[in-house]
Amino acid sequence: MTSGARHLYVHLPFCAHRCGYCDFVTAVGRRSQHSRYVDALLSELELERRLLAPELETVFLGGGTPTFTEPAALERLLESLPPAVEVTVEANPETVTQGLARMLRSHGVTRVSLGVQSFRPHLLDVLERVVQPDTVRRSFYHLRDAGFDNISFDLIYGIPGQTVAALEADLADALELGPEHLSCYELEAKPGTRFTHAHGDELERQSDAMESYFELVVERLRGAGYRWYETANFCRASELDLRSRHNLAYWLGRDYLGLGVGAVSTVAGRRWRNTPRLAGYMEALERETAPERAVEPLSHDVRRRERVMLGLRLDEPLVLGELATVLDERAVSRLELLGLVRSDSDRQTLALTPRGRFLGGGVTADLLA
Amino acid sequence: MTQDRIRNFSIIAHIDHGKSTLADRILELTHAVSSRDMREQVLDSMDLERERGITIKAQAVRVEWKGHQLNLIDTPGHVDFTYEVSRSLQACEGALLVVDAAQGTQAQTLANAYLAIENNLEIVPVVNKIDLPQADPDAAAAEIADLIGDDPSHVLRISAKTGEGVEDVLDAIVERVPAPSGDPDAPARALIFDSSYDQYRGVVAFVRVVDGRFSTREPLRAMALGTRFEAEELGFFAPTRRESGVLEAGEVGYVITGLKDVSRLRVGDTLTSERRPATDPLPGYKDVKPMVFAGLFPTDSDDYPELRDALEKLKLNDGALFYEPETSQALGFGFRCGFLGLLHMEIVRERLEREFDLDLLVTAPNVAYRVRPPNGDWIEVHSPSDMPNEVEEVEEPYIKASIIVPKEHVGTVMELNNDRRGRFDHMEYLSEQRVHLTYELPLAEIVLDYYDQLKSRSKGYASFDYDIIGFRPGKLVRVDVLVGGEPVDALSLIIHRDSAYDRGRALVERLREEIPRQHFDVAIQAAIGARVIARETVKARRKDVLAKCYGGDITRKRKLLERQKAGKKRMKQVGMVEVPQEAFLAVLNLDSQKKS
Repeated sequence: MTSGARHLYVHLPFCAHRCGYCDFVTAVGRRSQHSRYVDALLSELELERRLLAPELETVFLGGGTPTFTEPAALERLLESLPPAVEVTVEANPETVTQGLARMLRSHGVTRVSLGVQSFRPHLLDVLERVVQPDTVRRSFYHLRDAGFDNISFDLIYGIPGQTVAALEADLADALELGPEHLSCYELEAKPGTRFTHAHGDELERQSDAMESYFELVVERLRGAGYRWYETANFCRASELDLRSRHNLAYWLGRDYLGLGVGAVSTVAGRRWRNTPRLAGYMEALERETAPERAVEPLSHDVRRRERVMLGLRLDEPLVLGELATVLDERAVSRLELLGLVRSDSDRQTLALTPRGRFLGGGVTADLLA
Repeated sequence: MTQDRIRNFSIIAHIDHGKSTLADRILELTHAVSSRDMREQVLDSMDLERERGITIKAQAVRVEWKGHQLNLIDTPGHVDFTYEVSRSLQACEGALLVVDAAQGTQAQTLANAYLAIENNLEIVPVVNKIDLPQADPDAAAAEIADLIGDDPSHVLRISAKTGEGVEDVLDAIVERVPAPSGDPDAPARALIFDSSYDQYRGVVAFVRVVDGRFSTREPLRAMALGTRFEAEELGFFAPTRRESGVLEAGEVGYVITGLKDVSRLRVGDTLTSERRPATDPLPGYKDVKPMVFAGLFPTDSDDYPELRDALEKLKLNDGALFYEPETSQALGFGFRCGFLGLLHMEIVRERLEREFDLDLLVTAPNVAYRVRPPNGDWIEVHSPSDMPNEVEEVEEPYIKASIIVPKEHVGTVMELNNDRRGRFDHMEYLSEQRVHLTYELPLAEIVLDYYDQLKSRSKGYASFDYDIIGFRPGKLVRVDVLVGGEPVDALSLIIHRDSAYDRGRALVERLREEIPRQHFDVAIQAAIGARVIARETVKARRKDVLAKCYGGDITRKRKLLERQKAGKKRMKQVGMVEVPQEAFLAVLNLDSQKKS
């Protein structure tokens, strides 16, 4: 039935520094290995190419810090990847030079996601980001100069030491630059990490304040004309659809292929995750064999549950069809009564009301049978 | 054996004063059990009893000592089983009263000693644990002698642990305890002092033959209940089962009845022969009624049939256990169970959880009330939710509490009793250090954490025992709890009018902490009838969603959601509100919370 995945994710794990709060698969430094790693990626691409559709809709280079990769290696990778309608690269502001911006643009990159996190120097310090606020602005201008008309900012709230006023200022600074897209996440501090250890009490306080922060973010960005199209994602309302097409594919339950260490793929009812070990990954592909993978078969039931869980994060109604089988009818009615869920008259679609979206996790847990 | 060679006795002691160890040593010395085969504490056969250091079910063991037949009748060791203890004592002519040489007389020592005196038993006083470094045998001997009006030189001093002095104990039994004096030729009469249930043989009665003789295959009758059956097998334990075919006047043994229902043969009843029946039963039979009630609900409502089967099975072994189906809006289907007291309740609950592997939710216990509605007859109420809205009169059970406490803690213990609506009755010095207090208290005041409070206010030194003394009128009201406007039947309580406001206030505050924030504001109210006496609000959550969700972590996010879902499933639905099961236990420890 499937004619191949139309979405490709490529993981570039290298970073200048591992930030205390980060839980992605990353590798600090190792410049000498960048080229070798790109070879491994391309070799994995060859191995799995049959899983891809002839024409791709999106490619997403995530990390790590993809733009920290040796420019020559990065360039070679971009040249070798299949073309797509939307090609996104994640970038840290301090890595974005004029030259890099031009290089990305000239190799078919259509969209850059900038890891801004905050514009407040003391908060950037807490996050262990090396960047300064002015660098953020300069990187943005370089991207615009190179012709990028689809730039996204990542912002984080709930940072130890952050106040409501500081968050307001961050939002104002971001809005002043006017990116096409914003992703706003709450800081998720994993228990037992160095970061959590260092900021325990303050994280506790922030966790109590998180609901106010979230409300503030949604209110400010919507007020500034952004569409709250996914729980944590906003795009400028425009005739063009400025939503992240790649991430939409995840939220709509489409198939995607992931390449690289720790990358996850979901194709034709199977999900697998590549080994997170850099050496093991490269060695396997140098032997032209697939890297070690943890495979998770997805039953129809699980797929449907995931589609409800993901689909209800969006502002557009979820078309139910076969998904109705995993819903608890009584819960749907109860939550409608509470004004958290909205359904059309013959219950073909389901959507969360704005208040329901703030409570999306609990509401979804209620809705599922 | 002729009656003059028979001695029937019990060992009575406070918990942990060494009753079971002494029993073991006696079995060992009389070769009833070789020390190699001996499991420690043979008489306490159930694991649960072993762990708690108490004995629930009495058994009788026959041993030989210097040409005499000694029957050791074990007694239950706790306040809830006073009636059973008294029946066991009635089966004896003598009792060993054992007191710990370090701790001296305790509340249960007193209670048991008085029971023994009431039953006209010859008391053989024993001070145990003389090997302990902190032992003060002289002081303990003086106390015990004073208690029973004996001479301190008659008090035996032993160590059941090392065996020192245990032979003297056996000699003293032969010398001091009178032989049975029933009439071997009269119509047969035997006192049932305990019973148990065997899944193949039915009810097994433990009896003391008073007059006449019983033999196998004889048609028998229990005189109070009128139950008829045939004695399938007669015998005694030594300590394993020995079939003997006959039991004669003065002897102690068992009767296998083949009856399938333990409630048809009650402790205290008299067995007689149908062929030549006795005219009068032995004195003292009482129909024991449960006084403490609680709702038992399966945590998972699918387990209801298992709970029902388990209660049926327990009931076979425990004639005092009462249960009837109960439906709670909040907790679903379960049972309202009646117990002799708190310990009995605790034992039943643990057996259900341990032996039947059930997860239970036990509501706050309450006592039995006698209620008279306007223009109506008296009814008995076992559950707050059954309390009629309008009542003319209410009566509640009262107890006489007997407390022994070091003198420096007398003040705080009196204060506790006053707080619990206690009426001071009597106070006396047992020694220069220790005081015996008696109070009359509503039973309802001790079913919730009284014992813990007593212990904590006396640094653990107070000991406590009680007797139910009957029903008395009380100014009682029913306090209902409403969550999100819905009354929660399982949280209703009946309390004295004067403390209704404080308890209601404390309860809603406690519930506010226990009920998690929901997707809407939740009002928690305490009310007497239509009048709200306390109110709290659990504010609605404003955010309950994970910020980030991308291709790499869909599985993890799904699992988080599944966990959240499972958490919700464990909650009980009250109207629209999800209430965690722990919240239903909030009433259980209100006081301890308030005071900590």
